[in-house]
Amino acid sequence: MALIVEQVLNGLQLGVTLFLLAAGLTLVFGIMGVINLAHGSLYMIGAFAAALVAQAAGSWWLGLLAGVAAAAITGMLIELVVLRRLYARNHLDQVLATFGLILFFNQGITILFGRQPLMVALPAGFQGSIEIWPGIPYPSFRLLVIAVGLLVAAGLWFLIQRTRAGMLVRAGATHREMVRALGVDVRLLYTLVFGLGALLAGLAGVMTGPIGNVQVGMGEQILILTFVVVVIGGIGSVRGALLGALLVGVVQTLLSGFVPGWLRQVMPGSEADALGAALSSMGVYVLMAVVLLWRPRGLFVPHA
Amino acid sequence: MRNAVWLGILLAAAVALPWAAEAAGQPATIGLATRILCLGIAAASLNLILGHGGMVSFGHAAYYGLGAYTVGILWEHFRLGEPLWGLIPGTNQLLITLPVSVLVSGVVAAAIGALSLRTTGVQFIMITLAFAQMLFFLFVGLKAYGGDDGLLIRRRNIVPGLDLREQDQLYWLCLGLLVAWLTLQWRIVGSRFGRVLEGIRQNERRMAAIGIATYRYKLAAFTIAGMGCGLAGALTANYLRFVSPDLMAWQKSGEIMVMVILGGVGTLLGPVIGAAALVGLEYALGGVTEHWQFFLGPILLAVVLFAPGGIMGLFRRG
Repeated sequence: MALIVEQVLNGLQLGVTLFLLAAGLTLVFGIMGVINLAHGSLYMIGAFAAALVAQAAGSWWLGLLAGVAAAAITGMLIELVVLRRLYARNHLDQVLATFGLILFFNQGITILFGRQPLMVALPAGFQGSIEIWPGIPYPSFRLLVIAVGLLVAAGLWFLIQRTRAGMLVRAGATHREMVRALGVDVRLLYTLVFGLGALLAGLAGVMTGPIGNVQVGMGEQILILTFVVVVIGGIGSVRGALLGALLVGVVQTLLSGFVPGWLRQVMPGSEADALGAALSSMGVYVLMAVVLLWRPRGLFVPHA
Repeated sequence: MRNAVWLGILLAAAVALPWAAEAAGQPATIGLATRILCLGIAAASLNLILGHGGMVSFGHAAYYGLGAYTVGILWEHFRLGEPLWGLIPGTNQLLITLPVSVLVSGVVAAAIGALSLRTTGVQFIMITLAFAQMLFFLFVGLKAYGGDDGLLIRRRNIVPGLDLREQDQLYWLCLGLLVAWLTLQWRIVGSRFGRVLEGIRQNERRMAAIGIATYRYKLAAFTIAGMGCGLAGALTANYLRFVSPDLMAWQKSGEIMVMVILGGVGTLLGPVIGAAALVGLEYALGGVTEHWQFFLGPILLAVVLFAPGGIMGLFRRG
């Protein structure tokens, strides 16, 4: 019982991290029609900037600010310098260009920091565990991650559904030409949306820092999962991204938590672990294939 | 006519490359060129669906890996002397392993294509990626064939009349198969089937409206492309004498796609030139600095921004 609760919470924590990444990606996808493979690089940049500042300043919270700011600024620079020229191009050119960006950023970080993973200390006050249920302790930092993720989700909902900027974003996702025709400065809107997406990606990177390793290539590992989330949720739908992220996070965590154990009952330990890890990694892709075969455009389709 | 002359010169240069490399005291070039030929076949096969059919498959490396693993697994059972599932004996005969690789890749491509082609656009890109990832993780988990660490093939396959341990003979074999594959693809593109495919790329709804069952044409093309990539994988396994899940990782799919775009989408030779350019750049930059990707990235970016249509596009305008 305790194990299941713990795994579900771990799944939620992975889920909200994925949501932070997927929210930006799905907006950029839905509104600008751009496939941005370099979204994972922004996640990496956020994590590295936060790790660096946290070490130098001795405060995780200053690192948080630095990481988020670094990712947002890099994101807007990418939009201004590169992606702006690619909106009218086909997906292939976008894939090639952002693939180039990945190589550039990964190698740039390698030059600056080397290949050794950076360790980030847990912030003061969040080092211990909290007893969430009698007899079930859970690390408080992971609870913080979940809380931040859910807060961001609520904030995004408010921003998109209840503000003027959000109205433009929604309109831009479904009736791009009409928004342009009404005289909205679409270029500025695009840059800001991209910056917001980058900021959230950076936040995801910062929040992952103390739990996982901060290293080159961390962006690509999670990028593919993020794409799975975006496609399952329906491209352009933030609601879909949240649902898809939680679904993928929980399914992935539960499978990798329990499948090796089941397999160990029928085959030798080391083989069971290897096959179990493989099967649980396959799980989310099976989930995505099934969702797409059932609903070719994802769970939530913004009305077009 | 001018094109034919250029093709002839190019082919003659490719055939003469091993002698030139030996004479120049650079025998390592032959290995590099063999890699380019293998990847050239893979990229050309992707170009059939991507360039001519408008199907952006982001999981094409799956068939590359399957072709390679077919050679590796048949070798492993040949080495151990015990048949696969107690039924299929292993072998190291290239005349058997190549067709089996092509067949296996084709069957899997047909199955994946049959499901994936029910979606279009970005969803198609992602579902092909998803299936490739499934296969990738499957092979990572198969401890019997090395899992994560991959599988060593001690000796290259045997063909009567050739000695593939000689690197120039392997090179000529790959060159011959590349030329054969390109010829086949050229014929396909020029045939009625190819015209239909081109029509589907331009406007699928219109093709459907004039009474063509577009799904079947797309599936056939998808399967053929998978078979070509399987062939490339089988040759790569012989060249490397090693197979690992990395051959079907999503980065490999991305790399093959980059080759096609870099060389020129929808052109006959573009993908091969793209493969040569990418491998060549890697090699040249890698000789100068270990951080070659730092420079390759912006180069790719520049190609997209300033040379749409890839390298072949530059030629055509000039």
